[in-house]
Amino acid sequence: MSPAPPKLKSVEFRREREASWSELEDLVDRIERKGIHTLSAEDLTALPMLYRGALSSLSVARAISLDLNLVAYLEALTARAYFCVYGRRRHLIEILSDFFLVALPQTMRKYRWHLLLAFGFFLLGAIAAWVMTLANPELFHSFVSPAMSQGRGPEASTETLLDVLYGRNVDAAEELSLFASFLFQNNARVGIMCFALGFAGGLPVFYLLFTNGLVLGAFGALYHSRGLSVDLWGWLLPHGVTELGAIFVCGAAGLLIGQAVIFPGRHSRLDTLRRRGAEAGTLVVGAVIMLFVAALIEGLFRQLVQDITVRYTVAASTCLIWGGYFTLVGRRRVA
Amino acid sequence: MSVAESRAISTPEGIPLHFTVGTTGDRLGAFLLDLILLYGAVALLGVLTVNALDVGGGWFLAFFLFASFLMRNGYFIYFELKWRGRTPGKRRLGLQVIDSRGGPLRPQSVIVRNLTRDLEVFLPLQLLMMPDQLWPGAPHWAQLAATIWMLIFALLPAFNRDRLRVGDLLGGTLVVNAPKAVLLEDLGAQRGQWIGGPAHTFTAAQLQHYGEYELSVLEQVIRLGEEADPLTVTAVGRKIRARIGWEGPIKSPMSFLRDFYTAQRAQLERGMLFGERLADKEAARSKGHP
Repeated sequence: MSPAPPKLKSVEFRREREASWSELEDLVDRIERKGIHTLSAEDLTALPMLYRGALSSLSVARAISLDLNLVAYLEALTARAYFCVYGRRRHLIEILSDFFLVALPQTMRKYRWHLLLAFGFFLLGAIAAWVMTLANPELFHSFVSPAMSQGRGPEASTETLLDVLYGRNVDAAEELSLFASFLFQNNARVGIMCFALGFAGGLPVFYLLFTNGLVLGAFGALYHSRGLSVDLWGWLLPHGVTELGAIFVCGAAGLLIGQAVIFPGRHSRLDTLRRRGAEAGTLVVGAVIMLFVAALIEGLFRQLVQDITVRYTVAASTCLIWGGYFTLVGRRRVA
Repeated sequence: MSVAESRAISTPEGIPLHFTVGTTGDRLGAFLLDLILLYGAVALLGVLTVNALDVGGGWFLAFFLFASFLMRNGYFIYFELKWRGRTPGKRRLGLQVIDSRGGPLRPQSVIVRNLTRDLEVFLPLQLLMMPDQLWPGAPHWAQLAATIWMLIFALLPAFNRDRLRVGDLLGGTLVVNAPKAVLLEDLGAQRGQWIGGPAHTFTAAQLQHYGEYELSVLEQVIRLGEEADPLTVTAVGRKIRARIGWEGPIKSPMSFLRDFYTAQRAQLERGMLFGERLADKEAARSKGHP
């Protein structure tokens, strides 16, 4: 029998370091609860040192400690501290300015071919419907659902068609802003869906782009056959430039995801998805903002301004503004 | 903590940290809780709008539509950005979103992982409830195929080890249990009552029957403390005494376990100094000890 009480090295190990662990725990608690901005300058300097100390304690404890709770505690403490030390601390303003001045326009330029492809598919649908509806006006109904046409069809008189364009039957501006708001919600949902469906291999994106093209083509042909082309595009383009642009952007994002799923390239499929996913997300957020702008133009401006020249001027300027923004902004800075 | 559920993330210091992947049940619970909060807020706004309609008319309705759109799409993004990958629901259930590579959680990742929710949750729901609405006029086999296809996305988390949903795949994120552990008392440290030495002392031969695994099991029994079932404590003590051949009296079942734990840990630590590790009792036996 050995009478001497056992003296444990591991107990010494813990006793020497315990104070700095609990100091770190206090700091992490405060950061998690109130944010890192509430820490004093001294605490901020101490944080990484305490974190590295705890990390080295953890690696020693993993090797030698027979105390399960000690290892579990250090694992949790260092993990929490890790997020505090390496988590990116940025203000909302910074995130926003980075997004609008750098990330969004750069991503748009990077994927111009995807955008062009999305535009191509839309155009294909539009041309097909245009040619077919001109040849046989009855086909209009196979491209446009009754809910969407709202009485604007081959049966409608030229007078009725014109009325819709200049809003002669509607006078409540509020009703229109409501309509625009609804439209924005609906379009934004379709746009987000377009992106999400990209995960299904990109095929639904082609389908969505093509069918949207069909609708536009059918309308175009209908108005063209009555000699109302100039009026129709004057009605459509002020917000249509922005809105259609947004749809192409969503389509490009969906294609990007579909491409990552089907042709992952040199990296693993997961890695490629991760990379492309972030960029596609940037595009979709940009598109949702464009849709919002389009809804504003549509609801507030278009129904109030009847002059055809002003309408075309607005259409041209939105085209110039978006084009300039996406081609010129953020060329120098690296995202 | 099984190996399949834990993921290691390597720190820039070169020491890996381990996280356990959040369970499907917890994630579903957090999601439902968030939905209740979110739609509660939207409904409240709706009630306010209805009351304000008389005053402002359509403008309030337009505002409501826009605000509810922002809330539905912004709720998860806002909280996950603001609270380091946690929403109120996740916080309640102890979940956290992290970057799957261990880097900082990027804003793009948070946005992307929350934009896909329509595809994963609401579209399959819509398909199940009213299959004719989504794709009107399609033949039945096509609707069935579409439904199955959509369900694959909804159920994706059930089919992979890390329980990643589509949004996690695109955003490069992982949902883990938020690390949380309390430092408990050091069982090996000497306590006040030990003045004058422990009540039970053991010979070197008595300490050669068990390895590290048994020690950690014993630790868990002792840590239960007051909550431990007295019968279990007695039974564990009896089993140990039978194995090591203890014949003396004992002060109390718990104090015996504590003294044995300390002595056994000291013995194993001494062995470690000489580069000798005993994983469990089988290893102890095969080393040639009696």
